[in-house]
Amino acid sequence: MSITTEKKTSLMDNLRARLEGVNLRQNGIFLALIGLILFFAATTPNAASITPNNWSNLVVQNGYILVLAIGMVMVIIAGHIDLSVGSLAAFIGAVAGVLVVRPLEQDGWEWLPAFPWWAGILGAIIVGALVGVWQGFWVAYVGIPAFIVTLAGMLLFRGMALMTLQNSNIGPFPDEFRAIGNGFLDKENALGAALGMGESFNVMALLVTAVGVIAIWIQTLSQRRGRIKYGQPVEPQTWFFVKNIVLTVMVAYVGFQLSQANGIPFTLLLLIFLIVLYTMIMNKTTFGRHIYAIGGNLHAAMLSGINVRRVNFWLFVNMGALAALSGVLIAARMNSAVPKAGDGFELDAISSVFIGGAAVQGGVGTVTGSMIGGLIQGVLANGMNLNSVGIDAQMTVKGLVLLLAVAFDVWSKNRK
Amino acid sequence: MTQNILEMQSITKVFPGVRALDNVSLNVSRGEIHAICGENGAGKSTLMKVLSGVYPHGTYEGDIVYENEIVEFKNIRESEAKGIVIIHQELALSPHLSIAENIFLNNEIKKFGLIDWNKTGQEAQLLMARVGLKENPNTKVMDIGVGKQQLVEIAKALSKRVKLLILDEPTAALNDEDSAHLLSLLRHLKEQGISCIIISHKLNEIATIADKTTIIRDGKTIETLDMKADNVDQERIIKGMVGREMANRYPAHESNPGTEIMRVENWTAHHPEDPSRVVVDNVNINVRKGEIVGIAGIMGAGRTEFARSLFGKSWGTNISGKVFINGQEIKVNTVKEAIKNGLAYATEDRKRFGLNLIDDIKRNISMASLDTFVKRGLVDDNKEFEVASGYRESMNIKAPSVLSVVGKLSGGNQQKVVLSQWINVKPEVLILDEPTRGIDVGAKYEIYTIIQRLADEGKGVIVISSELPELLGICDRIYALAEGRITGEVSKAEATPELLMKYMTTEKDNN
Repeated sequence: MSITTEKKTSLMDNLRARLEGVNLRQNGIFLALIGLILFFAATTPNAASITPNNWSNLVVQNGYILVLAIGMVMVIIAGHIDLSVGSLAAFIGAVAGVLVVRPLEQDGWEWLPAFPWWAGILGAIIVGALVGVWQGFWVAYVGIPAFIVTLAGMLLFRGMALMTLQNSNIGPFPDEFRAIGNGFLDKENALGAALGMGESFNVMALLVTAVGVIAIWIQTLSQRRGRIKYGQPVEPQTWFFVKNIVLTVMVAYVGFQLSQANGIPFTLLLLIFLIVLYTMIMNKTTFGRHIYAIGGNLHAAMLSGINVRRVNFWLFVNMGALAALSGVLIAARMNSAVPKAGDGFELDAISSVFIGGAAVQGGVGTVTGSMIGGLIQGVLANGMNLNSVGIDAQMTVKGLVLLLAVAFDVWSKNRK
Repeated sequence: MTQNILEMQSITKVFPGVRALDNVSLNVSRGEIHAICGENGAGKSTLMKVLSGVYPHGTYEGDIVYENEIVEFKNIRESEAKGIVIIHQELALSPHLSIAENIFLNNEIKKFGLIDWNKTGQEAQLLMARVGLKENPNTKVMDIGVGKQQLVEIAKALSKRVKLLILDEPTAALNDEDSAHLLSLLRHLKEQGISCIIISHKLNEIATIADKTTIIRDGKTIETLDMKADNVDQERIIKGMVGREMANRYPAHESNPGTEIMRVENWTAHHPEDPSRVVVDNVNINVRKGEIVGIAGIMGAGRTEFARSLFGKSWGTNISGKVFINGQEIKVNTVKEAIKNGLAYATEDRKRFGLNLIDDIKRNISMASLDTFVKRGLVDDNKEFEVASGYRESMNIKAPSVLSVVGKLSGGNQQKVVLSQWINVKPEVLILDEPTRGIDVGAKYEIYTIIQRLADEGKGVIVISSELPELLGICDRIYALAEGRITGEVSKAEATPELLMKYMTTEKDNN
């Protein structure tokens, strides 16, 4: 008798261990995104939401929020918040404007030498990181709650944006600068022409998509093989393949759609690079792992020898740099640095992170989850626009989605 | 009509895996000061929580007869309505509110639905006079000392028309003068007909103030002593508290201590919030390779504070003293440096200070030694899995895999994760603070085996414990700590509970 019960429990344990490999929350929200896309494909007039150009718009319109959300999820996992990123993006847009456009008509900047576009971008990001140093100093070394420091920063940097811009706009930006926000990889389809193929589609876009798909398979397969080799539990094989095939189809579909528009936006390439980089930082570096440890249990992290102050400090430096990048994207897309840029973007970024499954108490969250959370918001706004839904209803829906997503988390946690 | 205000009859309270109270009875007569004695974890606080309704009726067996009727409290409010007020060791005052506001917190004096501040101040002054507190009732509680805060708590209890006052370690944090004042106040209240239950480790206090003493051990009532009739002294109480069977609860073990691995000289640390208070006072200890050294002390003796101040100054301020590892003096200012120099400290409170409960076993085990898993700048999670799985095997952590979330494990298994975490930093000396707190007997035995294995591997192990039998059962040598000072050092051969208890309760004045 004892043998049978033992077998039973080991079977249950086995099942449980197997399910632990499957992140239900993450997959659930992914399915919700697909559901939304299908919903709008069915409801928008002429299926406008899935036209090649709309896919392209979706990416470039949400790129700057997603960049902010990458930094924000890290800050939130560590148990902080950053309310200043929207203002900071505006300030950095202004800085980039001064550096790159050299507004000779603006008083007080005559001394500034001419910067090539790339140096302007670099300079803007460095200034962003320095602002992060400022905020990180107050949070990590003085011990003021991030809510207060960044609330002050929200006013401070908006003020500095206004000062830098002297209450006007700076623009237009040179074409190379604008390309980050508005440009496409091989827009003229030079590759297609050289190969003598592809009148109606962008060959480079297809090539990049193919490389992307292959990279996904190589990466996931080698990770899976490595885990199996070390006896780690992995997702059931069928689940693994189903998931990867769905992902492949989605990537291929979007890539194909983009190839029928202007090709792959630079913003998308930048985003993919950042997502891969930061997913690796969060999962595979001590810095990332320390962020989770601090958010999960601050005292335990301290007593484990983690330099909590240093981690908090660099978190805000990183957030500053990413907010700066976001500011550059906004300025590039609008082709002008304006005082009102990035208004309320901090809230969009925070919503993305929480819809993406991060916990308010800290310790929980992923970069990819936040990206999906951001896309859910982006697809919602885009779809409602195409359906001619008014801004009043849009805000209501956005608010409810955030509330229900987090409520779902709380419920499922309590049920356990 | 009996003389007893309270009769707790055959109370049994079971927690998952632990029988905290087993058929405990307690009778308190009217206008009596009744002491409850027992080691930490004997069940004193649990008994008081049953009495005050923290553990509501239905979660325990047995009857509580209060003022000649059976009472079934569902929460603290119901027991307070009947005049039973409990004052916990950690005071439940709101530091930023005034004395008057604290006294009437959640019991506000109102007129037409609004708080009547004039009457509040007036009543507060009357109550403060009764407890001998000469302060302005508008003074913030954070601005008065702990002793006076204790009096505010009692005034608060009086405002609730207390008939039975329960004090949990009331003098643990007080200086001698404040203690004396508090004790005379209790006598005074007794004359006014207020009965009092006092839980205390300070046996000399009990000997002077209590009318009767009930001794609890391992969740059972051992005896009730009439302090006047039986001519009871401290020795007699100690005997009741510690006498228990010790066979088979500790694995047999023969230590082979080698050379000295750690020596601490003149270690002193002050309280971080009150730098004038010396909490660790000139401590000198040493540990040899393969030796298990115990540190005994009552709550508040400064055991954890000593360990944490030693461990990278993670507690305290104005810390001074020298630490030698293998004869070399080490300078340690951060936890990271402490770990690097071969120290490890496993906390007494694993949930608050030890574990990331929302993360998995693997990542908790690697938390303090993450650097060692880095390969080409990246954490190798396969290696992490392998190492963690090794600990799951060797420490017998009961979980389906090392990817299980730590928060869902039992206390014993969580403790094994904590130990794995610290063993994996490959320390020379491990300080284990209450390594078996809150875990069941079987898991305790396993933990003892692990501790002995560590010693056999040549590490120095320091075990801090409130359970004397545990220290006597596994340690080669035991230091007694009282009020931050080492008051005694005994070898395994000469150690007896009575001797240790005597050292642990040695007070400064007696020397």
